[in-house]
Amino acid sequence: MDIQEIIKPENLVHERTSLMTDATLSYCPGCGHGTAHHLIMEVIEEMDIQEDTIGIAPVGCSVLAYDFMDIDMSQAAHGRAPALATGIKRLWPEKYVFTYQGDGDLAAIGTAETIHACNRGENIVIFFVNNGIYGMTGGQMAPTTLEGMKSSTSPYGRDLSLMGHPLKITEIVAQLPGTYFVTRQAVHKPGNVRKTKKAIRKAFEAQKEKKGLSFIEIVSNCNSGWKMTPNESNKWMEEHMFPFYPLGDIKVEGKIVKDLMKD
Amino acid sequence: MKGNEAVAEAAIRAGVDGYFGYPITPQSEVLEYLTLQRPEERTGMVVLQAESEVAAINMVYGAAGTGKKVMTSSSSPGISLKQEGISYIAGAELPCLIVNVVRGGPGLGTIQPSQADYFQSTKGGGHGDYRLIVLAPSSVQEMADFVDKSFELAFKYRNPAMILSDGLIGQMMEKVELPPQKERVKHFDQEWVITGKTKDRKRNIITSLNLDPELQYEHNMKLQEKYQKMKEDTMYETFDCDDAEFLLVAYGSSARICQKAVDIARSRGKKLGLLRPITLFPFPEEIIGKFARQVKGILSVELNAGQMVEDVKLAVNGRIPVYHYGTPGGKIFSPEDILNAIDEKLMGGY
Repeated sequence: MDIQEIIKPENLVHERTSLMTDATLSYCPGCGHGTAHHLIMEVIEEMDIQEDTIGIAPVGCSVLAYDFMDIDMSQAAHGRAPALATGIKRLWPEKYVFTYQGDGDLAAIGTAETIHACNRGENIVIFFVNNGIYGMTGGQMAPTTLEGMKSSTSPYGRDLSLMGHPLKITEIVAQLPGTYFVTRQAVHKPGNVRKTKKAIRKAFEAQKEKKGLSFIEIVSNCNSGWKMTPNESNKWMEEHMFPFYPLGDIKVEGKIVKDLMKD
Repeated sequence: MKGNEAVAEAAIRAGVDGYFGYPITPQSEVLEYLTLQRPEERTGMVVLQAESEVAAINMVYGAAGTGKKVMTSSSSPGISLKQEGISYIAGAELPCLIVNVVRGGPGLGTIQPSQADYFQSTKGGGHGDYRLIVLAPSSVQEMADFVDKSFELAFKYRNPAMILSDGLIGQMMEKVELPPQKERVKHFDQEWVITGKTKDRKRNIITSLNLDPELQYEHNMKLQEKYQKMKEDTMYETFDCDDAEFLLVAYGSSARICQKAVDIARSRGKKLGLLRPITLFPFPEEIIGKFARQVKGILSVELNAGQMVEDVKLAVNGRIPVYHYGTPGGKIFSPEDILNAIDEKLMGGY
């Protein structure tokens, strides 16, 4: 069969969402951010809520998320995205508001804003991309860096006695009464991509129903920061990140569905 | 009512959409009054106690991007915490109001009134080349009046405005004529607001980031032009200046004490006048420059160790002697203290 015979509308299985701009992504090849961006925009397009959606970009690799997402956005100071989202949502309760943050942003400098937005049950969606490292600034240790994991500020590996423990902030926010849906997903394989997209849809639907805060962690790679090839980093993520940050729903419809003491 | 309560009531009446705050002495009455008044029922105004001053100013930042009328209030240590957010708001060119009921510092300092934050308020405060519109009330009446005025200027220039008060005016009780209730503007439909991208326009982005130095340079120059243009909204007041031979320059509560000092001086036959800057930025440099050709000397009277005096000196440009008199750290001077300082520093033998 000739290729021209295959490229026909009836054979179309996937189309790039129109809510991603034509700007070239600034992310490293192999990074999960691009996939995560696409999934969020696909859901917004499918729900036809572009005209009512306001996104908050963080400080970090995704600081320029507003260059790629074709929606109204505000760029927050490091860690403050949940506060911006709170301000907007309180004054525009009928709008869909989400934040998109990394681990340094959300779980270190923005811990207070994260915990309190979750605890107040702000009716927003928080996307938390956890790659265990500060990517933008050049691979420094993050609050979620694993024990023994090397970074430019833990060059001999994270020493728990000196540098403290990696923070499972997702398990913490799941225990707050204000969170409605808390899940941990990944985007490195087609199956994970499908599950993540379902979770994103569920989160925006929950916001529509005014159910409270949805918190979606996406465990991702940072091949540049981890100094690996994209494939190596995905394998490393499965072998090291997933055991400590296990995938799956943690809280559904306001009820914890996972044994938090087990992992 | 108290100055802090006047600000709060005026905010409801000005049709403010949202207030985000955090308790700190001596301004906590603003948040207390607002929560007691049920503004959500009176006008639909949203009032939220944030987890920190940092969060409060960032809630303001977020909401200001949607074109809503939003504000916060705090006192000196809390205002320091807000500087990050204020810098972003100035960089992103958004209108909002910040009320600073100043107390003595540095550090935790004292809860007593002070004007120690003049530099911080008028020279930017946070990082980067930016300015706030700064209004300095000297009465409870002005605490109320300046809320609406601040929003008018903030929206005119798309710039954060600050009411720079102090613990004296915040806590003082005076009669106030309250402004009439304004309607809240439900949908402020300007081309720059982020309220959801519609099919008929490009997406709107609120940001202070320009990775390209050329663009950042252009942005900074545009801001500087805006700050220059603000001069047309300079406000000040003069007392007994027509035949004055010596001039006091004072703002806020210092100006109240200076007015009394001028009355006493006049009763003793001394030709003393007072110039009260109402906007500290833009600073009334032009009128001070004019007085430098009329009077023999100027005393800048401030509840600090000497801050505004630098701007007075710049305006005078060396033509006549300019001195500072003031008390830092929350200690308040009397009219007689000021008169003694004039005798000592300016009028010696006059």
